[in-house]
Amino acid sequence: MKINLKKIILYSKILKAGQRVLFSGTIYTARDVAHERIVSILADSGKLPFDLNGSAIYYCGPTPAKPGEIIGACGPTTSSRMDIFTPKLLKEGVKVLIGKGNRSNDVVDSVKNNGAIYFVATGGVGALISKTVQKADLIAFKDLGPEAIYKLEVKDMSLIVAIDSHGNNIFKK
Amino acid sequence: MRKIKSKIIIEVVANLCAKANFEFPEDVLGSIQKNIAFETGLAKSILEEINENADIAKTEQIPLCQDTGVPNFFVKFGKDVSVEDGDIYDSINKGVSLGYGDNYLRKSIVYDPIERKSAEDGMPANVYVDIVSGDEIEITFLPKGGGSENASALKMLIPSVGWNGVKEFVLKSVDDKGRNACPPLVVGVGIGGDFASIGLVAKKAILRKIGSNHQIAFYKEKELELLNEINKLDIGPMGIGGKTTALAVFIEVRPTHIASLPVAVNIQCHSCRRKTIII
Repeated sequence: MKINLKKIILYSKILKAGQRVLFSGTIYTARDVAHERIVSILADSGKLPFDLNGSAIYYCGPTPAKPGEIIGACGPTTSSRMDIFTPKLLKEGVKVLIGKGNRSNDVVDSVKNNGAIYFVATGGVGALISKTVQKADLIAFKDLGPEAIYKLEVKDMSLIVAIDSHGNNIFKK
Repeated sequence: MRKIKSKIIIEVVANLCAKANFEFPEDVLGSIQKNIAFETGLAKSILEEINENADIAKTEQIPLCQDTGVPNFFVKFGKDVSVEDGDIYDSINKGVSLGYGDNYLRKSIVYDPIERKSAEDGMPANVYVDIVSGDEIEITFLPKGGGSENASALKMLIPSVGWNGVKEFVLKSVDDKGRNACPPLVVGVGIGGDFASIGLVAKKAILRKIGSNHQIAFYKEKELELLNEINKLDIGPMGIGGKTTALAVFIEVRPTHIASLPVAVNIQCHSCRRKTIII
Protein backbone atom coordinates (compact mmCIF):
# COMPACT_ATOMS: atom_id res chain seq x y z
CA MET A 1 0.00 0.00 0.00
CA LYS A 2 1.31 3.42 -0.98
CA ILE A 3 0.71 6.23 1.48
CA ASN A 4 1.89 9.80 2.03
CA LEU A 5 2.16 12.02 5.09
CA LYS A 6 -0.92 14.10 4.23
CA LYS A 7 -3.07 10.99 4.01
CA ILE A 8 -1.78 9.70 7.35
CA ILE A 9 -2.63 13.00 9.05
CA LEU A 10 -6.20 12.76 7.73
CA TYR A 11 -6.77 9.04 8.08
CA SER A 12 -4.22 7.56 10.50
CA LYS A 13 -6.77 4.96 11.68
CA ILE A 14 -6.74 3.09 8.35
CA LEU A 15 -3.22 1.83 9.09
CA LYS A 16 -2.93 -1.42 11.05
CA ALA A 17 0.06 -2.83 12.93
CA GLY A 18 1.89 -5.39 10.79
CA GLN A 19 1.02 -3.72 7.51
CA ARG A 20 3.81 -2.91 5.05
CA VAL A 21 3.57 0.46 3.33
CA LEU A 22 5.52 2.53 0.82
CA PHE A 23 5.72 5.94 2.43
CA SER A 24 6.31 9.27 0.66
CA GLY A 25 6.69 12.74 2.16
CA THR A 26 8.90 15.06 4.19
CA ILE A 27 10.67 13.62 7.21
CA TYR A 28 13.11 15.16 9.69
CA THR A 29 16.03 13.18 11.12
CA ALA A 30 16.54 13.47 14.86
CA ARG A 31 18.53 11.34 17.29
CA ASP A 32 19.26 11.55 21.04
CA VAL A 33 20.83 14.99 21.40
CA ALA A 34 18.52 16.62 18.83
CA HIS A 35 15.56 15.34 20.87
CA GLU A 36 17.06 16.71 24.05
CA ARG A 37 17.51 20.11 22.42
CA ILE A 38 13.99 20.19 20.93
CA VAL A 39 12.45 19.39 24.30
CA SER A 40 14.58 22.07 25.94
CA ILE A 41 13.53 24.64 23.28
CA LEU A 42 9.88 23.70 23.94
CA ALA A 43 10.38 24.27 27.68
CA ASP A 44 11.85 27.73 26.99
CA SER A 45 9.23 28.56 24.32
CA GLY A 46 12.08 29.15 21.88
CA LYS A 47 12.17 28.83 18.09
CA LEU A 48 12.00 25.22 16.93
CA PRO A 49 14.10 24.00 13.97
CA PHE A 50 10.91 22.82 12.19
CA ASP A 51 7.17 22.89 12.77
CA LEU A 52 6.37 19.83 14.87
CA ASN A 53 2.65 19.92 14.13
CA GLY A 54 1.83 17.30 11.49
CA SER A 55 5.49 16.34 11.09
CA ALA A 56 7.31 13.04 10.68
CA ILE A 57 10.49 12.24 12.63
CA TYR A 58 13.05 9.69 11.51
CA TYR A 59 15.58 8.35 14.02
CA CYS A 60 18.59 8.40 11.74
CA GLY A 61 22.13 9.70 11.45
CA PRO A 62 23.23 9.24 7.83
CA THR A 63 26.76 8.76 6.52
CA PRO A 64 28.10 11.79 4.62
CA ALA A 65 27.00 11.94 0.96
CA LYS A 66 29.61 11.06 -1.64
CA PRO A 67 30.18 13.86 -4.20
CA GLY A 68 27.23 13.92 -6.58
CA GLU A 69 25.03 11.84 -4.29
CA ILE A 70 22.00 13.08 -2.31
CA ILE A 71 22.80 11.22 0.89
CA GLY A 72 24.89 8.32 2.20
CA ALA A 73 23.60 5.20 3.94
CA CYS A 74 20.59 6.24 6.04
CA GLY A 75 18.90 3.42 7.92
CA PRO A 76 17.09 3.75 11.26
CA THR A 77 18.69 3.80 14.70
CA THR A 78 17.18 2.22 17.85
CA SER A 79 13.99 4.11 18.73
CA SER A 80 13.76 3.24 22.42
CA ARG A 81 16.54 5.68 23.30
CA MET A 82 14.12 8.44 22.34
CA ASP A 83 11.22 7.04 24.44
CA ILE A 84 11.60 9.58 27.24
CA PHE A 85 11.15 12.48 24.80
CA THR A 86 8.54 11.03 22.44
CA PRO A 87 5.28 11.65 24.38
CA LYS A 88 6.18 15.37 24.63
CA LEU A 89 6.71 15.59 20.87
CA LEU A 90 3.52 13.70 20.06
CA LYS A 91 1.63 16.14 22.27
CA GLU A 92 3.02 18.95 20.08
CA GLY A 93 1.50 17.30 17.03
CA VAL A 94 4.20 15.01 15.62
CA LYS A 95 2.22 12.44 13.60
CA VAL A 96 4.74 9.93 12.34
CA LEU A 97 7.72 8.27 14.05
CA ILE A 98 10.14 6.11 12.07
CA GLY A 99 12.84 3.97 13.65
CA LYS A 100 13.59 0.41 14.66
CA GLY A 101 12.79 -1.79 17.64
CA ASN A 102 10.22 -1.78 20.41
CA ARG A 103 8.97 1.20 22.46
CA SER A 104 7.93 1.82 26.06
CA ASN A 105 4.32 1.47 27.20
CA ASP A 106 4.21 5.27 27.57
CA VAL A 107 5.03 5.66 23.89
CA VAL A 108 2.43 3.07 22.86
CA ASP A 109 -0.22 4.95 24.87
CA SER A 110 0.89 8.32 23.55
CA VAL A 111 0.80 7.11 19.91
CA LYS A 112 -2.76 5.92 20.48
CA ASN A 113 -3.95 9.03 22.34
CA ASN A 114 -2.54 11.37 19.70
CA GLY A 115 -3.66 9.39 16.65
CA ALA A 116 -0.07 8.98 15.51
CA ILE A 117 1.80 6.08 13.85
CA TYR A 118 5.10 4.40 14.70
CA PHE A 119 6.72 2.76 11.70
CA VAL A 120 9.80 0.54 11.65
CA ALA A 121 12.26 0.48 8.81
CA THR A 122 14.68 -2.41 8.44
CA GLY A 123 17.89 -1.69 10.32
CA GLY A 124 21.23 -2.25 8.62
CA VAL A 125 19.95 -1.66 5.10
CA GLY A 126 21.11 1.95 4.84
CA ALA A 127 22.29 1.62 1.23
CA LEU A 128 18.86 0.33 0.13
CA ILE A 129 16.97 3.06 2.02
CA SER A 130 19.22 5.79 0.56
CA LYS A 131 17.64 5.04 -2.85
CA THR A 132 14.29 6.38 -1.60
CA VAL A 133 15.70 9.79 -0.59
CA GLN A 134 15.14 12.43 -3.27
CA LYS A 135 16.34 15.49 -1.39
CA ALA A 136 18.34 16.07 1.80
CA ASP A 137 19.06 19.41 3.50
CA LEU A 138 20.87 19.96 6.78
CA ILE A 139 18.55 22.39 8.59
CA ALA A 140 19.71 22.52 12.22
CA PHE A 141 22.30 21.55 14.85
CA LYS A 142 25.22 21.28 12.40
CA ASP A 143 27.58 21.07 15.39
CA LEU A 144 26.19 17.61 16.17
CA GLY A 145 27.82 16.09 13.08
CA PRO A 146 25.94 12.89 12.19
CA GLU A 147 23.29 13.80 14.78
CA ALA A 148 22.30 17.07 13.05
CA ILE A 149 18.73 17.49 11.77
CA TYR A 150 18.24 16.80 8.07
CA LYS A 151 15.05 17.51 6.17
CA LEU A 152 14.52 14.59 3.79
CA GLU A 153 12.06 14.09 0.94
CA VAL A 154 11.43 10.36 0.57
CA LYS A 155 9.55 8.44 -2.08
CA ASP A 156 8.22 4.92 -1.54
CA MET A 157 10.25 4.25 1.59
CA SER A 158 9.42 0.68 2.66
CA LEU A 159 8.09 0.67 6.24
CA ILE A 160 6.11 -1.58 8.55
CA VAL A 161 3.40 -0.21 10.84
CA ALA A 162 4.68 -1.21 14.29
CA ILE A 163 2.29 0.73 16.57
CA ASP A 164 -0.97 1.89 15.02
CA SER A 165 -3.26 4.67 16.25
CA HIS A 166 -5.55 2.05 17.85
CA GLY A 167 -2.63 1.15 20.14
CA ASN A 168 -1.86 -2.23 18.52
CA ASN A 169 1.85 -3.15 18.69
CA ILE A 170 3.70 -5.76 16.61
CA PHE A 171 6.35 -6.16 19.28
CA LYS A 172 5.47 -8.89 21.74
CA LYS A 173 8.00 -7.62 24.27
CA MET B 1 63.91 -8.46 11.45
CA ARG B 2 61.48 -7.56 8.67
CA LYS B 3 60.70 -3.85 8.49
CA ILE B 4 57.41 -2.37 7.24
CA LYS B 5 56.88 1.32 6.54
CA SER B 6 53.99 2.88 8.47
CA LYS B 7 52.70 4.28 5.16
CA ILE B 8 51.95 0.72 4.00
CA ILE B 9 49.95 -0.03 7.15
CA ILE B 10 48.05 3.27 6.90
CA GLU B 11 47.05 2.51 3.28
CA VAL B 12 46.07 -1.08 4.04
CA VAL B 13 43.95 0.00 7.00
CA ALA B 14 42.24 2.81 5.04
CA ASN B 15 41.30 0.30 2.35
CA LEU B 16 40.15 -2.23 4.95
CA CYS B 17 37.79 0.39 6.46
CA ALA B 18 36.14 0.92 3.08
CA LYS B 19 35.90 -2.71 1.96
CA ALA B 20 34.55 -4.01 5.26
CA ASN B 21 31.85 -1.33 5.34
CA PHE B 22 30.82 -1.87 1.70
CA GLU B 23 31.00 -5.64 1.28
CA PHE B 24 29.19 -8.23 3.37
CA PRO B 25 31.31 -11.25 4.38
CA GLU B 26 30.34 -14.28 2.28
CA ASP B 27 29.57 -16.51 5.26
CA VAL B 28 27.11 -13.97 6.70
CA LEU B 29 25.43 -13.27 3.38
CA GLY B 30 25.19 -17.01 2.68
CA SER B 31 23.50 -17.56 6.04
CA ILE B 32 20.99 -14.74 5.42
CA GLN B 33 20.18 -16.18 1.98
CA LYS B 34 19.75 -19.69 3.37
CA ASN B 35 17.30 -18.45 6.00
CA ILE B 36 15.09 -16.61 3.46
CA ALA B 37 13.65 -20.01 2.52
CA PHE B 38 12.65 -20.79 6.12
CA GLU B 39 10.71 -17.56 6.73
CA THR B 40 7.39 -16.21 5.45
CA GLY B 41 5.63 -12.85 5.40
CA LEU B 42 7.32 -9.81 6.97
CA ALA B 43 10.23 -11.84 8.35
CA LYS B 44 11.03 -13.14 4.86
CA SER B 45 10.72 -9.68 3.31
CA ILE B 46 13.18 -8.26 5.86
CA LEU B 47 15.79 -10.91 5.04
CA GLU B 48 15.25 -10.14 1.36
CA GLU B 49 15.89 -6.45 2.03
CA ILE B 50 19.15 -7.34 3.80
CA ASN B 51 20.18 -9.42 0.78
CA GLU B 52 19.28 -6.64 -1.67
CA ASN B 53 21.09 -4.06 0.47
CA ALA B 54 24.30 -6.11 0.32
CA ASP B 55 24.12 -6.09 -3.46
CA ILE B 56 23.58 -2.30 -3.70
CA ALA B 57 26.34 -1.50 -1.19
CA LYS B 58 28.88 -3.68 -3.00
CA THR B 59 28.00 -2.51 -6.49
CA GLU B 60 27.93 1.18 -5.62
CA GLN B 61 30.64 1.00 -2.91
CA ILE B 62 28.51 2.73 -0.29
CA PRO B 63 28.15 1.69 3.35
CA LEU B 64 25.90 -1.29 4.13
CA CYS B 65 24.74 0.56 7.25
CA GLN B 66 24.99 4.20 8.30
CA ASP B 67 26.41 3.02 11.61
CA THR B 68 29.96 2.46 10.47
CA GLY B 69 30.66 1.83 14.10
CA VAL B 70 33.47 1.83 16.56
CA PRO B 71 36.52 0.68 14.59
CA ASN B 72 37.91 -2.40 16.33
CA PHE B 73 41.22 -3.87 15.21
CA PHE B 74 42.56 -7.25 16.27
CA VAL B 75 46.23 -7.49 15.38
CA LYS B 76 48.50 -10.53 15.35
CA PHE B 77 51.91 -8.93 15.35
CA GLY B 78 54.83 -11.18 14.42
CA LYS B 79 57.80 -10.94 16.79
CA ASP B 80 60.20 -10.76 13.82
CA VAL B 81 58.63 -7.68 12.22
CA SER B 82 58.70 -4.00 13.15
CA VAL B 83 57.11 -0.77 11.96
CA GLU B 84 60.01 1.22 10.53
CA ASP B 85 58.95 4.81 11.15
CA GLY B 86 56.12 4.71 13.69
CA ASP B 87 54.14 2.18 15.66
CA ILE B 88 51.17 -0.08 15.00
CA TYR B 89 48.70 1.92 17.13
CA ASP B 90 49.50 5.25 15.49
CA SER B 91 49.55 3.72 11.99
CA ILE B 92 46.12 2.13 12.48
CA ASN B 93 44.60 5.34 13.84
CA LYS B 94 45.98 7.32 10.90
CA GLY B 95 44.63 4.69 8.50
CA VAL B 96 41.20 4.90 10.11
CA SER B 97 41.08 8.71 9.85
CA LEU B 98 42.06 8.47 6.20
CA GLY B 99 39.74 5.55 5.40
CA TYR B 100 36.70 6.99 7.15
CA GLY B 101 37.28 10.47 5.70
CA ASP B 102 38.03 9.53 2.09
CA ASN B 103 35.22 6.98 1.90
CA TYR B 104 32.48 9.10 3.49
CA LEU B 105 32.01 6.76 6.44
CA ARG B 106 30.18 8.12 9.47
CA LYS B 107 32.37 9.23 12.36
CA SER B 108 30.23 7.86 15.16
CA ILE B 109 32.48 8.64 18.13
CA VAL B 110 32.17 11.33 20.81
CA TYR B 111 35.40 12.16 22.67
CA ASP B 112 33.80 12.60 26.07
CA PRO B 113 31.01 10.22 27.12
CA ILE B 114 29.24 12.89 29.19
CA GLU B 115 29.92 16.06 27.23
CA ARG B 116 29.26 14.10 23.98
CA LYS B 117 30.98 16.43 21.53
CA SER B 118 31.27 14.82 18.09
CA ALA B 119 34.82 13.62 17.27
CA GLU B 120 34.48 14.71 13.64
CA ASP B 121 38.14 15.68 13.37
CA GLY B 122 39.45 12.27 14.38
CA MET B 123 38.44 8.68 14.74
CA PRO B 124 39.99 6.91 17.72
CA ALA B 125 40.10 3.13 17.17
CA ASN B 126 40.24 0.21 19.59
CA VAL B 127 43.46 -1.63 18.79
CA TYR B 128 44.14 -5.02 20.42
CA VAL B 129 47.58 -6.48 19.75
CA ASP B 130 48.75 -10.05 20.32
CA ILE B 131 52.42 -10.85 19.79
CA VAL B 132 52.80 -14.05 17.78
CA SER B 133 55.64 -15.90 16.05
CA GLY B 134 56.66 -15.03 12.49
CA ASP B 135 57.37 -11.85 10.53
CA GLU B 136 53.88 -10.91 9.38
CA ILE B 137 51.20 -8.54 10.67
CA GLU B 138 47.63 -9.86 10.49
CA ILE B 139 44.99 -7.16 10.89
CA THR B 140 41.29 -7.93 11.39
CA PHE B 141 38.84 -5.05 11.29
CA LEU B 142 35.41 -5.16 12.96
CA PRO B 143 33.33 -1.96 12.71
CA LYS B 144 30.92 -2.46 15.61
CA GLY B 145 27.54 -0.74 15.57
CA GLY B 146 26.17 0.96 18.68
CA GLY B 147 22.71 -0.62 18.64
CA SER B 148 23.96 -4.17 18.98
CA GLU B 149 26.75 -3.20 21.37
CA ASN B 150 24.10 -1.65 23.66
CA ALA B 151 22.34 -5.03 23.82
CA SER B 152 25.45 -6.74 25.18
CA ALA B 153 25.86 -7.76 28.83
CA LEU B 154 28.36 -9.07 31.36
CA LYS B 155 27.66 -10.80 34.65
CA MET B 156 29.75 -12.34 37.39
CA LEU B 157 27.93 -15.62 38.13
CA ILE B 158 28.78 -17.98 40.97
CA PRO B 159 30.32 -21.36 40.05
CA SER B 160 27.45 -23.46 41.46
CA VAL B 161 25.00 -22.24 38.78
CA GLY B 162 27.11 -24.04 36.15
CA TRP B 163 26.11 -24.36 32.52
CA ASN B 164 22.41 -23.85 33.28
CA GLY B 165 23.16 -20.48 34.87
CA VAL B 166 25.23 -19.44 31.87
CA LYS B 167 22.51 -20.54 29.48
CA GLU B 168 19.82 -18.68 31.41
CA PHE B 169 21.88 -15.47 31.36
CA VAL B 170 22.59 -15.70 27.62
CA LEU B 171 18.92 -16.34 26.78
CA LYS B 172 17.75 -13.53 29.09
CA SER B 173 20.23 -11.09 27.55
CA VAL B 174 19.02 -11.88 24.02
CA ASP B 175 15.35 -11.82 25.04
CA ASP B 176 15.68 -8.51 26.94
CA LYS B 177 17.44 -6.46 24.29
CA GLY B 178 17.84 -8.55 21.14
CA ARG B 179 14.83 -6.99 19.43
CA ASN B 180 16.60 -3.63 19.27
CA ALA B 181 19.92 -5.00 18.08
CA CYS B 182 19.00 -5.60 14.41
CA PRO B 183 18.46 -9.37 14.42
CA PRO B 184 19.24 -11.89 13.02
CA LEU B 185 22.17 -11.73 15.41
CA VAL B 186 25.56 -13.28 15.82
CA VAL B 187 26.02 -13.97 19.52
CA GLY B 188 29.51 -14.07 21.02
CA VAL B 189 29.67 -15.71 24.46
CA GLY B 190 32.73 -15.54 26.69
CA ILE B 191 32.81 -17.81 29.74
CA GLY B 192 35.48 -17.69 32.46
CA GLY B 193 38.51 -15.40 32.67
CA ASP B 194 37.87 -12.27 34.73
CA PHE B 195 35.84 -9.07 34.50
CA ALA B 196 38.24 -7.25 32.18
CA SER B 197 39.24 -10.09 29.90
CA ILE B 198 35.98 -11.91 29.21
CA GLY B 199 34.32 -9.03 27.34
CA LEU B 200 37.13 -9.07 24.83
CA VAL B 201 36.92 -12.87 24.55
CA ALA B 202 33.19 -12.56 23.71
CA LYS B 203 33.96 -9.86 21.15
CA LYS B 204 36.65 -11.94 19.47
CA ALA B 205 34.19 -14.87 19.29
CA ILE B 206 32.13 -12.80 16.82
CA LEU B 207 35.05 -12.98 14.39
CA ARG B 208 34.53 -16.71 13.86
CA LYS B 209 33.10 -17.77 10.52
CA ILE B 210 29.45 -18.78 10.46
CA GLY B 211 29.36 -22.54 10.07
CA SER B 212 32.48 -23.07 12.19
CA ASN B 213 32.21 -25.19 15.32
CA HIS B 214 33.98 -25.10 18.67
CA GLN B 215 36.91 -27.51 18.75
CA ILE B 216 35.77 -29.01 22.05
CA ALA B 217 32.79 -31.36 21.55
CA PHE B 218 31.04 -30.16 24.75
CA TYR B 219 31.04 -26.51 23.64
CA LYS B 220 30.21 -27.40 20.05
CA GLU B 221 27.05 -29.02 21.40
CA LYS B 222 26.35 -26.03 23.67
CA GLU B 223 26.68 -23.58 20.78
CA LEU B 224 23.99 -25.49 18.89
CA GLU B 225 21.83 -25.77 22.01
CA LEU B 226 21.94 -22.00 22.56
CA LEU B 227 21.29 -21.30 18.88
CA ASN B 228 18.20 -23.53 18.93
CA GLU B 229 16.90 -22.00 22.16
CA ILE B 230 17.49 -18.42 20.91
CA ASN B 231 15.66 -19.21 17.68
CA LYS B 232 12.67 -20.42 19.70
CA LEU B 233 12.28 -16.97 21.33
CA ASP B 234 10.22 -15.78 18.32
CA ILE B 235 12.19 -12.53 18.11
CA GLY B 236 12.88 -12.97 14.40
CA PRO B 237 14.32 -10.54 11.85
CA MET B 238 14.20 -6.96 13.27
CA GLY B 239 12.39 -8.29 16.35
CA ILE B 240 8.94 -8.53 14.81
CA GLY B 241 8.65 -12.31 15.12
CA GLY B 242 10.04 -15.26 13.19
CA LYS B 243 12.40 -18.21 13.31
CA THR B 244 15.63 -16.43 12.41
CA THR B 245 16.71 -14.64 15.60
CA ALA B 246 20.37 -15.65 15.47
CA LEU B 247 22.57 -16.88 12.64
CA ALA B 248 25.20 -18.29 14.98
CA VAL B 249 26.32 -18.57 18.60
CA PHE B 250 30.04 -18.71 19.26
CA ILE B 251 31.35 -19.70 22.68
CA GLU B 252 34.90 -19.11 23.87
CA VAL B 253 36.13 -20.17 27.30
CA ARG B 254 39.04 -19.15 29.54
CA PRO B 255 40.47 -20.44 32.84
CA THR B 256 38.97 -18.61 35.81
CA HIS B 257 39.21 -18.15 39.59
CA ILE B 258 37.86 -20.91 41.86
CA ALA B 259 35.24 -18.42 43.17
CA SER B 260 34.15 -17.06 39.79
CA LEU B 261 32.06 -17.77 36.72
CA PRO B 262 32.14 -14.61 34.60
CA VAL B 263 29.94 -14.57 31.48
CA ALA B 264 29.97 -11.96 28.72
CA VAL B 265 27.46 -11.80 25.87
CA ASN B 266 28.53 -9.63 22.97
CA ILE B 267 25.68 -9.10 20.55
CA GLN B 268 26.43 -8.49 16.88
CA CYS B 269 23.75 -7.27 14.44
CA HIS B 270 23.16 -8.97 11.08
CA SER B 271 25.53 -6.46 9.52
CA CYS B 272 28.42 -8.56 10.79
CA ARG B 273 31.13 -6.70 8.92
CA ARG B 274 34.64 -8.01 9.39
CA LYS B 275 37.67 -8.38 7.20
CA THR B 276 41.21 -9.66 7.66
CA ILE B 277 44.38 -8.79 5.80
CA ILE B 278 47.94 -10.03 6.21
CA ILE B 279 50.92 -7.76 5.53
